[in-house]
Amino acid sequence: MSISIEQRRQHRLMTIEKSLAKRHRKENAFRRMGLLAVVTGMTLVAILFISILMRGVPAFWQATFYMDVYFDPEVVQLEPKPERESGESQFAFNERYSQWLTRAGLVNWQTLIDNALEEALGEEVEPRQLRDLRALVTSGERYALRDRFVEDPSLLGQTVELKMLASANVDVWIKGNIDRDLPDARQQLSAQTRTWADQLEEQGVIRNAFSTSLFLNTDSRSSLASAGLAGAFMGSLFMMVVVIGLSVPLGVSSAIYLEEFAPKNRLTDLIEININNLAAVPSIVFGLLGASIFIGYLRLPLSAPLVGGLVLTLMTLPTIIIATRASLRSIPPSIRQAALGIGASRVQTVFHHVLPLALPGILTGSILGVAQALGETAPLLLIGMNAFVANVPGTPLDQSTALPVQIYLWQGNELRNFFEARTSAAIIVLLGLMLSLNALAIWLRKKFETRW
Amino acid sequence: MNIPAQPMATSSVSVGSGESRVSKAKDKVKMNAQDVKVFYGDAQAINGIDLDIYENEVLAFIGPSGCGKSTFLRCLNRMNDTIDICRVEGKITLDQNDIYAPDRDVVLLRAQVGIVFQKPNPFPKSIYENIAYGPRLHGLARRKAELDDIVESSLRRAGLWEEVKDRLDQPGTGLSGGQQQRLCIARTVAVSPDIILMDEPCSALDPIATAKVEQLIDELSESYTIVMVTHNMQQAARVADRTAFFHMGDLVEVDTTDQIFTNPQDQRTHDYITGRFG
Ligand SMILES: Nc1ncnc2c1ncn2[C@@H]1O[C@H](COP(=O)(O)OP(=O)(O)O)[C@@H](O)[C@H]1O
Ligand SMILES: [Mg+2]
Repeated sequence: MSISIEQRRQHRLMTIEKSLAKRHRKENAFRRMGLLAVVTGMTLVAILFISILMRGVPAFWQATFYMDVYFDPEVVQLEPKPERESGESQFAFNERYSQWLTRAGLVNWQTLIDNALEEALGEEVEPRQLRDLRALVTSGERYALRDRFVEDPSLLGQTVELKMLASANVDVWIKGNIDRDLPDARQQLSAQTRTWADQLEEQGVIRNAFSTSLFLNTDSRSSLASAGLAGAFMGSLFMMVVVIGLSVPLGVSSAIYLEEFAPKNRLTDLIEININNLAAVPSIVFGLLGASIFIGYLRLPLSAPLVGGLVLTLMTLPTIIIATRASLRSIPPSIRQAALGIGASRVQTVFHHVLPLALPGILTGSILGVAQALGETAPLLLIGMNAFVANVPGTPLDQSTALPVQIYLWQGNELRNFFEARTSAAIIVLLGLMLSLNALAIWLRKKFETRW
Repeated sequence: MNIPAQPMATSSVSVGSGESRVSKAKDKVKMNAQDVKVFYGDAQAINGIDLDIYENEVLAFIGPSGCGKSTFLRCLNRMNDTIDICRVEGKITLDQNDIYAPDRDVVLLRAQVGIVFQKPNPFPKSIYENIAYGPRLHGLARRKAELDDIVESSLRRAGLWEEVKDRLDQPGTGLSGGQQQRLCIARTVAVSPDIILMDEPCSALDPIATAKVEQLIDELSESYTIVMVTHNMQQAARVADRTAFFHMGDLVEVDTTDQIFTNPQDQRTHDYITGRFG
């Protein structure tokens, strides 16, 4: 018996309906899997950000003393700051001035702080308790006092209210970042110091104030509470300038040459393969290369942002070349033909038509490459940028560290209770810098995008 | 020349009635090709072509797809130079000067021999900038007024002025397909070329836009030599003074359009225009 057309239709209907159900199931399963992946990723990112923020944000505020400091002439026994006299040579004056500075350095500024603390506590401190007293204010503050006085000698004999950072251990104690029930032997501060700290906090002498030192100071080992990011920040900034100044023009022009002008032959194929391979080379290898070439062979200084920038440039170049080539390739050939057909030369075609259209992609790729370089740590360790540097670098040839290296150094600091938060704060600063770079990339993309 | 009263009975192409053009007198050879061969890598795409192109004629290239029409057309203004693997042999002259001579600058050549492509390809810029780019590039206008002038006259020649004069600052890519193609023609016209090459200029257009472009070609042929590729035999019949039939890299036959369509000399031409292949 032959099957009627009606039966065939019926059969077709049932078969398709059955397969439809299966298809829908598959589609739903895939959609759910995708959603799950996105949710997992977002959750991990959220956990990361929240944990960093929770740990890091409190470090932007620090236990700070607000005290009246009396510039006691008994302690500050110093003749008036020298003025240049008429007829005196510049040299002689400099000589006199530096002698005065030396004597200013010999003044016992710590005594002024001790006195101010005694005043605030309202009690006489015996000499044997001096150690406990001096554990309250971070040691860097006496130099801050000296600098303030050298700046303005008219302070002599006056009383001024000053902000002074509490020592790192006091900060930890006040913020409750250490178990208060631990026995004395396992506390960083003596019982006396802890009592005084609590008393002063109660009196409002110690307050939680926004920590400008985090941004204005360099790293410090003697005065941990005033360790800041200024040096690392400037180091990173110098490196960025070097990276942007070298890798963007070099990378973009080599990409333009390779994509638009170079003949397609064995040699250019080889170059292409090598560029792709270079992009996959672990960054630490670039550090080794930089150490041997820039430092070993060219004798550039160790720990210098210039060298760091050069190493990161090597690392970033392939990324930028690849991004730029992809961006150029996405411009339809018809645009090139149109320009060539009118009589534009190849260079004119590229610069008048192709490049402006490819610009958003090139900028995005370049900025992402630079942002990646900004967060790179490993190669910098190999060129000595993990050295302890207590100065803000003034030029790219000065010794310096970088933000990610500073993070690495701080997270290894033995005063964990204090530096855990400070490390997270440094991460927040670095992430902020990255986010601004990415925002810049998005803004540039929007700005240069051709809207038709 | 008159159309023979009896078109070929087998012809699938109607060239009767008033549709066909009256050919102009042709005396001056504008371009000349001698034994032109083109290779893509090792593959030969053109097998030695000889051809004269006369001043102010409309010459159509027809032939099955892949027979080398576009390839040969691109030889005429050296657009093939932009294809890495492409190699051209033989001699092509423009006004008796070899265009492949080593000292010949393609920039000047392409200003003399302009090209319009199959797919309209306006720059993603304003209508005005699309036209002004060429003249500015070649330094043809020294003042803004001169440039404005060139833009207007080019758009007028392309029959686009009335449609776009109020929106010259708007993107050229916002125009309809037919308008875009006329914009591209205006862009080519703006550098006052001697010859305009067109590679299937209507194949991406609807019939009405096609009719407009065909009319435009007719008008332009007053002052320009036009060489066009078309896959549409009716179009060749409508607009071309002469027609060249290409087949597998050979130029089989070139003659007046009437002659080709009514009395082809080669069997292959005959087969093609009667629809036996292609
Ligand atoms: N860019 C190219 N690279 C390699 N081969 C090509 C290229 N352009 C055209 N060809 C080849 O040359 C021959 C002629 O092509 P073409 O001139 O485009 O033919 P038509 O325009 O007549 O359709 C075809 O065999 C085609 O495959
Ligand atoms: Mg073609």
